Amino acid sequence: MKDIDIKYDHHLEEQKKSKLEIEMKKGKKEVFDLGQLKSGGYIRQRQKGLFTVRLRCPGGRVPVERLKKIVEAASKYSKRDYVHISVRQSIEIPYVDYRDFSKLSDELGKVGQKIASCGPRVRVPTACSGCEYNPNGLVDAQKLCQEIDQKYFGIQCNHKFKISLSGCPIDCFRTNEMDLGFQGAVEPIWDEETCTGCRICGYACREGAITNDVQTGKPVIDRSKCLYCADCIRACPTNSWKEGRKGLVVRVGGRHGRHPMNGAVIAVFLPEEKMGKVIEKVIEWYNKEGKDKGRVRIGDILRDKWPGFIDFIKPVLGDYAIKNPKRPEYIKIHSFQTGWMPENSVIEE
Amino acid sequence: MEEKRPAANLDLRGVICPVNFVKTKLKLEEMNIGEILEVLIDAGEPIANVPRSIKEEGHKIIKVEKIGGHFRLLIEKV
Repeated sequence: MKDIDIKYDHHLEEQKKSKLEIEMKKGKKEVFDLGQLKSGGYIRQRQKGLFTVRLRCPGGRVPVERLKKIVEAASKYSKRDYVHISVRQSIEIPYVDYRDFSKLSDELGKVGQKIASCGPRVRVPTACSGCEYNPNGLVDAQKLCQEIDQKYFGIQCNHKFKISLSGCPIDCFRTNEMDLGFQGAVEPIWDEETCTGCRICGYACREGAITNDVQTGKPVIDRSKCLYCADCIRACPTNSWKEGRKGLVVRVGGRHGRHPMNGAVIAVFLPEEKMGKVIEKVIEWYNKEGKDKGRVRIGDILRDKWPGFIDFIKPVLGDYAIKNPKRPEYIKIHSFQTGWMPENSVIEE
Repeated sequence: MEEKRPAANLDLRGVICPVNFVKTKLKLEEMNIGEILEVLIDAGEPIANVPRSIKEEGHKIIKVEKIGGHFRLLIEKV
């Protein structure tokens, strides 16, 4: 029954082995460049000649009209009856014959639905629903996500480069696991004049940062415990807790996967309009330092060149840079495994 | 200052989140603008959440009183 034979290499990621030869039974032969295919979000499956097509759904937001078209196209071109929602919020259409690629992308293109990417480049950014309707949201993560997608999606890097956004410190989008992550934060400022000492803020604070005076009920805040979540601001009946500085916590060098790393916080309350510049500069540094290093994530390079990175990025972060930022750290999740794991040794500076 | 007389009251002690808020909201919907609702809620999670939600709905909390293990709120319908 099979009408095509495919010879392939297992290490798809390696450029030199990235040619995929597809031979039709009738003697017709075509060579696909897998590198190119992956840059277009076409992922080879175990099944010969079949691919998973990853769609570009920044922030996991898919307009209903597009969704209808996706359903239509999936019914037509997938050899299965489902789509897969990837962990990074993209819809994937599995079991697509490579010969249908252009028809599929043309059809989706009619409603503006684009194909995502894989491989060594800036990936589709992910984000929570953000402040637009989530009561916890402090910044408009969706808006910023679409902005990142428009400007930075697909930029070539040494390795994959993942960006995510969380609207608040609950950090549903795990900005600590991203090559670059942005999370909303608000600094609470207290106004003594209007405070009635009702103690609600002390109950609202889940970090133990606010204690209310036993007699007067007036709050005292321990800033070292504050997460900048704004619970006190929202809870206060008299608006005596107000918004101070508001912006983004910036984390860099995180990743999940085999050897997870916890991204390092480098800035707090970064204004939204400075986000783009930070992305550009971090990628610039990554591509410069990563030159000739092959497939290596930014976190690994940061482990080696942290002081140099901080010197480079500080002027971009300005007043929002945190003092003495710590390098990204390995997180051990496979506690049974011994051997390879580098220790989080202190580098002498 | 003389305390405004509540037009209605709710004893929500022992009522969990978010049911306590929903009951408060439903009661406020029945009331006229400017009227006062007196609510009794527990300390802990309820006092951390309910006032915040009421505020987000646009109503005004004009008084908060701690009485033992619970709170007494006076809410003005806006």
